Amino acid sequence: MGTTLVELSNVTKSFGPVDVLKGVNFKVEEGKVTALVGDNGAGKSTLIKGLSGVQPYDGGTVSFAGQEVSLRTPRQASSLGIEVVYQDLALCENLDIVQNMFLGREEKHLTLLDEASMEFAAQKALQSLSVRTVKSVRQKVSSLSGGQRQTVAIARSVLRNAKLVILDEPTAALGVAQTEQVLNLVRRLADNGIAVVIISHNLADVFEVADRISVLYLGQMVAHVDAKKTTRDEVVAYITGSKTPEGVA
Amino acid sequence: MTYTTPIATGHEGSVRDQFRAYLQRLRGGEMGALPAMLALVVLGILFSSLSPYFLTTGNLANLFVQASALMVIAFALVFVLLLAEIDLSAGVTGGSGMAVFQVLNGNLGWNWIVSLILALGMGAFIGAFIGFFVSRIGVPSFVVTLGLFIALQGFMLLLLGDGGIFRLVQPELKSIMNNNMPIWAGWVMLAIAVFGSLSLSLADRRRRTKVGLPTRPFIMLLLKVGTIAVIGAVIVGLLSVNRGQGLLAVEGVPIVIPIVLLILVVGTFVLDRTLFGRYIYAVGGNPEAARRAGIKVAQIRLYAFIICSSLAVVSGLLQASRIGSIESTAGREIVLSGVAAAVVGGVSLFGGRGRLAYAAIGALVIAMIDNGLGLIGFPAAATFLITGGVLVAAATVDALSRRRSGVALT
Ligand SMILES: Nc1ncnc2c1ncn2[C@@H]1O[C@H](COP(=O)(O)OP(=O)(O)OP(=O)(O)O)[C@@H](O)[C@H]1O
Ligand SMILES: [Mg+2]
Repeated sequence: MGTTLVELSNVTKSFGPVDVLKGVNFKVEEGKVTALVGDNGAGKSTLIKGLSGVQPYDGGTVSFAGQEVSLRTPRQASSLGIEVVYQDLALCENLDIVQNMFLGREEKHLTLLDEASMEFAAQKALQSLSVRTVKSVRQKVSSLSGGQRQTVAIARSVLRNAKLVILDEPTAALGVAQTEQVLNLVRRLADNGIAVVIISHNLADVFEVADRISVLYLGQMVAHVDAKKTTRDEVVAYITGSKTPEGVA
Repeated sequence: MTYTTPIATGHEGSVRDQFRAYLQRLRGGEMGALPAMLALVVLGILFSSLSPYFLTTGNLANLFVQASALMVIAFALVFVLLLAEIDLSAGVTGGSGMAVFQVLNGNLGWNWIVSLILALGMGAFIGAFIGFFVSRIGVPSFVVTLGLFIALQGFMLLLLGDGGIFRLVQPELKSIMNNNMPIWAGWVMLAIAVFGSLSLSLADRRRRTKVGLPTRPFIMLLLKVGTIAVIGAVIVGLLSVNRGQGLLAVEGVPIVIPIVLLILVVGTFVLDRTLFGRYIYAVGGNPEAARRAGIKVAQIRLYAFIICSSLAVVSGLLQASRIGSIESTAGREIVLSGVAAAVVGGVSLFGGRGRLAYAAIGALVIAMIDNGLGLIGFPAAATFLITGGVLVAAATVDALSRRRSGVALT
């Protein structure tokens, strides 16, 4: 067992009369990949938005590295080291890789942009993830493939010293080879000690990369299992609700 | 090729590798001002073979002066075009600034420098007005500035009266477009430009080495600075020859040239090397990504419009200086030529791509078409038709290269 980085207890979220999260418990460990799965509308994105501060929870507690914390703004989340890689990636295609990786956190030298330092740091961050698919850090993002873009978006969170990286369906739009690259990258993130949460509908991906699998069913966490000790059929049963939890509320 | 680092930076390899990488970027749709530069060469050859007067030093000076007001308004527009916005009122903003100048300096007798500063302030105010409506309220800039295009014509009429034309009397301002610097000053200007470019390139190189990054072959730096030096020397040399036809000697670099160069250099520096410049490109490329990165998008837009309108007043000053008068109808036509210049030079209408230097080259193309067709005696109709055709061709290249570089068409 790794050390627990984030622990959600009994978090709730409603939109008007609709209870989307009905008292969810969730745990993320350092250096592990936790897959968050569940059917459409189960509340995965809502759970993540609470963690990233963009859509705070209504109730429940969040503890980060053992301390209870408030997560009400994106700024609070990012100051704790929580980074989200959104599905649409949020990259500027007209800028190069270095410029994108440092967007909003540019380094300066005598009040001017310090391109050299940023280039060096970007190169180091990509190397620390053993990225080999990118030819040059000064390539424009518009010239990159979907998988390479995903790589840049993920590497950006490493550059920001993220402790928890959350990926919302990172492989949804990718082909086989590129999916493989991104999953390898996700694995290396965890190997570098970062806690990773990955949302995916693709169970093959989930079983390939995840250490733990958490299943949401209609706003409730119905399973939190070790990926090695479960089977695809069992996970599917949890997702569809044909198997009910034992002990997990 | 093996590098000490697995991921390249674009600075590795021999001159040949660098050249190959450049070709690859071209093929990827990053053509920059290359089409406009080719157009400049082709037009130059065409016109000089059709008119013996085209390649004279007198016409060369003329061409630069003709292009300068257009260049400055094109520079102004680049700041908003980079955000995928437009300022249709830039021309009449320049006219309005000069109308304010006329009232303060001409009618009220205020000091001309103070009046000029307030005229620029008028530009900044108009820019802030546009920026407010665009960035805070969310009105499309096309509509806000179209409204201002009409309203500011009324404003000029109010200040200067129906058919108001006033002579520009201030000798310093009149001489900008009509007089030349002493010959030595042209060479000093060139020396400063070459020295500045050399020291900036060397400083960048030192910084890369210090951080531990590879640098391009030194010969490329020399080639770049050398090109500036040689082209500059040819132009300054030609402009130093007496081009007067009468008894008076007409020689030296026109005063407006260092002014335009200064705007070009300072503006490029801001766009390339400051946080503000980086954020302009980011907002132009993907406003949502910029917002999520913590960039104050509305503020960047506001500042861009303020810069655009202030520079528009500088262009208005150059136009007034050239014709020697301040008029209540000034600036109606130049703004569209300014947009054309920027787009022909390779500034994208879709935002996020373009440089001031591209706009300068585009302005030279537009001015050269005007100048050359005039010399070979084409009617004005032909000039309009051909300029319009060139603009559409440039916008087509822009759209195609955008598609080539993999941006989804929406
Ligand atoms: N802002 C909102 N207002 C009202 N209802 C919302 C809002 N956001 C989400 N919901 C509802 O909450 C439920 C859970 O949505 P959520 O996006 O978290 O599901 P998900 O598990 O991410 O699904 P998917 O796999 O389709 O992405 C859905 O029924 C959705 O309609
Ligand atoms: Mg979702």
